[in-house]
Amino acid sequence: MPLVEFHSVVCLLGTFPALAGVDLQVEPRDIVLLEGPNGAGKTTLLRLIAGLIPPHSGEAQVFGLDLFKDRRSARRRLALVGHESYCYDDLTVMENLQFTFKASGVTGMEINSVLERTGLDGLAGVRHAHLSAGQRRRLALANAMVRNPELLLLDEPHAGLDEEGRACLHEIIASAPSEGRTVVLASHELELSRQLANREVRVESGTIVKSGRGEL
Amino acid sequence: MRLWREASLVAAKDLRIEARSRIALGQILPFGIIVAILFAFALDPDSGLLTRVAPGLFWVTVLLAALLAVGRSFAVEEKSNARDGLRLTGLDGSAVFLGKMAAIAAELFFLEILLGIAVVILYGVEVNGVVVLLAAAPAATLGIASTGTLYGVLAAGLRSRETLLPLLLLPVLAPVLLGATRAFEGGLEGAPSDAWPWVGLLWIFATFYTAFGVLAFGTLWEND
Repeated sequence: MPLVEFHSVVCLLGTFPALAGVDLQVEPRDIVLLEGPNGAGKTTLLRLIAGLIPPHSGEAQVFGLDLFKDRRSARRRLALVGHESYCYDDLTVMENLQFTFKASGVTGMEINSVLERTGLDGLAGVRHAHLSAGQRRRLALANAMVRNPELLLLDEPHAGLDEEGRACLHEIIASAPSEGRTVVLASHELELSRQLANREVRVESGTIVKSGRGEL
Repeated sequence: MRLWREASLVAAKDLRIEARSRIALGQILPFGIIVAILFAFALDPDSGLLTRVAPGLFWVTVLLAALLAVGRSFAVEEKSNARDGLRLTGLDGSAVFLGKMAAIAAELFFLEILLGIAVVILYGVEVNGVVVLLAAAPAATLGIASTGTLYGVLAAGLRSRETLLPLLLLPVLAPVLLGATRAFEGGLEGAPSDAWPWVGLLWIFATFYTAFGVLAFGTLWEND
């Protein structure tokens, strides 16, 4: 059964149709690259899959759950790394991760191992407000991983990351299938992302114009 | 059980952020004290007017401070888009409501204790009915916190939230201001027995808005 199944999905931002009839299927353990020009609708598509915005029409299911009826249950099983860190300025790295960990009701994940994996192990006691932009990106990734998601959504995950950060990111993406995880990433770093993805989807003007295994 | 666990998690997070940022201690509390002092200067203490209007001044000050506390509670969710992070955890909207409400109520209650001491010292009022005050203050505080949390999320997504929140919230809180002022009049200089109907009104208001918030907050929280 596909993890994500969209048929003719329309999504409005105000009255603007950010997605105008999207058909998309994501199979378990896929690594899907969304590519396309700025304003094509990649971020909206990721936020829609994440259940942060509601679909307007069509059929939209994530984990077999209808996004028209129950977005919250779907959200419990996925994580999104967006353009911002989704963290609190006045909490430390560890406090932010602990809050997400407890609030998500996660089992089978250790915060310290996530800190090591994202290269944040020396920054556990530092407040979010005092982190650099690159360190915040790593924290956003750690904040997603600490939830042990079945589906990991990444929106421009390379942005702001140094070489070491990119290596951490690539290790997480590459090992996702063996950990039972599915990844959907939107990126303009096509060369890097194509090394990891086993499927590519091109988004233009709110619709999917091409989709296939390997480079389009 | 899960609702209370999630609510306490949100409340602990909000209180930790406030303790760390010291906005409540460094700005909201001094604001309340300064307003109380300004009233003491503006109204002649010798005429007895200050003693008579002390309950009203106390609760007007608490309401103004509540506007800051509510605004602050939702402002921390806007920075770095933490609100989306909170929504992504899948926490129940009712739990978020109860948690935020509890944190705001705790901050206001702390303010009321210190402001109460300041009012007794600065305005020279006598306390006749401690029990009435202890029954009225939590009810009024919960009423303000529950209503504030509900209208706070309504205004949070709007660009003009700073100016809109007082316009939305203050008219709705008029019954709390009236009831709390009357109850405090009875508990301070007046007859405590006259205050109990007002205490009852305050508890009804707090119960209604807490129940309404538990039911309605999730929808407002989801529909950004």
